[in-house]
Amino acid sequence: MSILNLKALYQTVILENAQALHHCETLTGVPSVTLHNPSCGDTINVQLVIKDQTIEQAAFTGDGCTISQASASIMTDVLQGQPVSAARQRIANFSKLITGTQLSPAAQHALGDAAVLATVAEFPTRIKCATLAWHAADQLLTMGDATNGRTN
Amino acid sequence: MKKLNYRADFPILTTQINGEPLTYLDNAATSQKPQAVIDALTHYYTTDNANVHRGVYTLAAKATDQYEAVRDQVAAFLHAARREEVFFTRSATDSLNWVAQTYGDQFVTAGDEIVVTVMEHHSNLVPWQQLAQRKHATLKYIGLTADGQLDLADARRQITAKTKLVAVAHASNVLGVTNPVATIAKLAHAQGAVVVVDGAQAVAHVPVDVQTLDADFYAFSGHKVYGPTGIGVLYGKYALLEQLTPAQFGGEMISDVDWQTTEFAAIPARFEAGTPNIAGVIGLGAALTYLQGVGFDAVQELEQPLTDQLLTGLSQIDGVTVYGPRALADHGPVVAFNLAHLHPHDVATGLDMAGVEVRAGHHCAQPLMRYLKVTATVRASVGFYNNSTDVERFLTALQAVKEFFHV
Repeated sequence: MSILNLKALYQTVILENAQALHHCETLTGVPSVTLHNPSCGDTINVQLVIKDQTIEQAAFTGDGCTISQASASIMTDVLQGQPVSAARQRIANFSKLITGTQLSPAAQHALGDAAVLATVAEFPTRIKCATLAWHAADQLLTMGDATNGRTN
Repeated sequence: MKKLNYRADFPILTTQINGEPLTYLDNAATSQKPQAVIDALTHYYTTDNANVHRGVYTLAAKATDQYEAVRDQVAAFLHAARREEVFFTRSATDSLNWVAQTYGDQFVTAGDEIVVTVMEHHSNLVPWQQLAQRKHATLKYIGLTADGQLDLADARRQITAKTKLVAVAHASNVLGVTNPVATIAKLAHAQGAVVVVDGAQAVAHVPVDVQTLDADFYAFSGHKVYGPTGIGVLYGKYALLEQLTPAQFGGEMISDVDWQTTEFAAIPARFEAGTPNIAGVIGLGAALTYLQGVGFDAVQELEQPLTDQLLTGLSQIDGVTVYGPRALADHGPVVAFNLAHLHPHDVATGLDMAGVEVRAGHHCAQPLMRYLKVTATVRASVGFYNNSTDVERFLTALQAVKEFFHV
């Protein structure tokens, strides 16, 4: 039965993250972006503490499928401690990865556990689940730019 | 003796999904099309295509005759008192919006009440919510009983002398219940309100008699009743239609246009501005002919055991929660459920790997999801062409998903 193909999508790292979410908390007094996936009702709220152009802390809350929750959890690990510019690069690379673009070994390495989500590209109906948190983080960084008066 | 296996009439059922036989259990979203409907569309475009109600030539007359014959057919299908009470739209959604934008805008005023049920699909909810906002009317909800049926005691409380309009689904696209529309209509009419019925989930499964139901408006979509997409129907009582100003203006809906004024055509042409979906109407006609050939007795004889098999099978899997009534007598061919804490999308992706196609999500009924205190559910829905093998494949795949995720 091809139900065994599920292993390609739900790899151990994903299942482990979904079972023990990292940085799943609400931070007080920190900007947040909430995004919805209208096709399933999933909601992800992402928060980033940015100081001196570095993401000091990343957190999320929400309600969604294994892929969206695990992806959000892994994302907080990947972005936390990163300079904003590097975080942006990682978000952009994640977006490429998830839509089937091959990344350089260095770019793939920088994505850490998020690199395993590359297999989501083979499940087109689930791409939106994987990208929801990353879109929220991207919007937060853009809002940060606007606040800081940056234009690039 | 009548045949009781119609699978061969639906060519898509022989295809494969992810290397497995297609097990199509999303009939509540859309039904598959029999060869007769596919052939009718091809035949129309191959031999009969012309614009309707315009040409004096033979081909145009052929197209017009076929188009108008379907109006008679739909009127008979719904047991309407007269053919003029039926007109064609894009979909059930389009039909319901039309009622909100004509009857609603003309007759609902500030302080009036619009009553809907918590189980409504967004298509029979958002138009009323928006109308209530436009008119400063109050939108009220009829709740459910503990086993997921419409709460008639609550209906009696919610429908009052201030109520102008009651909107109700004939059958729920989540809970699997068929609502007592005639009783609701009686309550509405006693208060001088009209009743608008969303028949999208009912027409493929139960015979509809708009006069017995005493529905003032009744909407359905062609694609859920084995016809093409993009074609819908609205039935309205003639005495009500006579009072309504058209929502759209243009070709075909006029009898005379002067520099500053227009005299409208008679009903129903008045409400069908522009070139209609002629092929869609002809396809719908073929679908209704096909369905009536099968007959609702056979439809129910085939669907009820499958619903029973679904409900029984699900009840035997630990961790499954079924929403809506558990008793077969109260349950139509739509079964919504969750598997422990596992998200419906994870369940549906797992089933998809086994070729089992079900819906996962909020089913365009977010207020109902809130009412049930879930964000989403999985939904399996059968049609008369499904068989017990389909349901077995679904249950086996669900068990495999459960084992994979250790839930």
